[in-house]
Amino acid sequence: MPLLGAFEFPPIDELFRWKRFLFDDTPFGINKTVLLILISSLLILVIFIGGSRKKALHPGGVQNVVEMTYEFIDNGITKDVVGHDAGRYTPFLGSLFLFILFLNIWEVIPFIQFPPTARMAVPGFLAIMVYLLYLVVGFKNQGLKYLTGHLFPPGVPLALYILVTPIEFVQLFLVRPFSLAVRLLANMMAGHILLTALALLTAYALKNAPIIAIGPFLLNVGVTGFEILVGFLQAYIFTLLTAVYLGDALHPEH
Amino acid sequence: MSTLLLAAQQAGELKDGLQSIGAGIVYGAAAIGPGIGIGLVVGNAIQAMARQPEMQGTIRTTMFLGIAFTEALALFGFVLFFLAKS
Repeated sequence: MPLLGAFEFPPIDELFRWKRFLFDDTPFGINKTVLLILISSLLILVIFIGGSRKKALHPGGVQNVVEMTYEFIDNGITKDVVGHDAGRYTPFLGSLFLFILFLNIWEVIPFIQFPPTARMAVPGFLAIMVYLLYLVVGFKNQGLKYLTGHLFPPGVPLALYILVTPIEFVQLFLVRPFSLAVRLLANMMAGHILLTALALLTAYALKNAPIIAIGPFLLNVGVTGFEILVGFLQAYIFTLLTAVYLGDALHPEH
Repeated sequence: MSTLLLAAQQAGELKDGLQSIGAGIVYGAAAIGPGIGIGLVVGNAIQAMARQPEMQGTIRTTMFLGIAFTEALALFGFVLFFLAKS
């Protein structure tokens, strides 16, 4: 008789589909995902507007955090990756980073434990926004050269263009936005499923064989710490890739 | 044994089972290449950092970029896993 033989994992839909509890039957129904998005936006507004109001010469507390975050985006991402003349993209990249970061962190907040970025609507919308932005910036800055520069990269033997051009076309117009969205979605989804599985395993083992429960419990604690890292890293990678695409649209042959 | 097989064939259970096996193979196979790739990326980045510690910032940024591009393939496999299962 196996100890953990009858353990059953709930269907995936149950983990990600939340019932609307407000304004049901209208297009503006609110469920847990929407509520978390609204709360995160509000939190970011309050923290960052409140923190940048005083402008003390020796920043302390919230102001310090706000200024460090700004500098991290401005120096580490905008100036390094997009270009030194691209300071005006810092607000966009900063909002993107903070929005994704706050949404990801809900995954490990006790009693909430659900990352809204694990629903395709959120990363999908963000990816479409970035997609339109880099295409518009690219065509505005370089004109048709943006397209030809990508489809016909210089220094390739003539016969190889049969192979290179379709690949580059698919890369520029399909793979980039799709992978941007799927990377964020799949990472957060995998983390959420993993944490759920370990928590359920702990609860199940606690009921049937309490000594075994220590294993999945410790694993759950470790994975929670790892998920905090993943949340940071995915927000950073999404912003970094956006910056790379923007820099590529601004400067040819970068 | 034969009764087990008969029982498994009822109500499309065989199909469900094969679907699950297929989904497992999809993700497992999709994880092989990216696993090797990420190992190469990180290993070489560490080597580069050890040789030129003053370039650490640039190398780390580039390493994350490389990981992100390589990892995308494994994540496509992860999404296909759910598509193949349902």
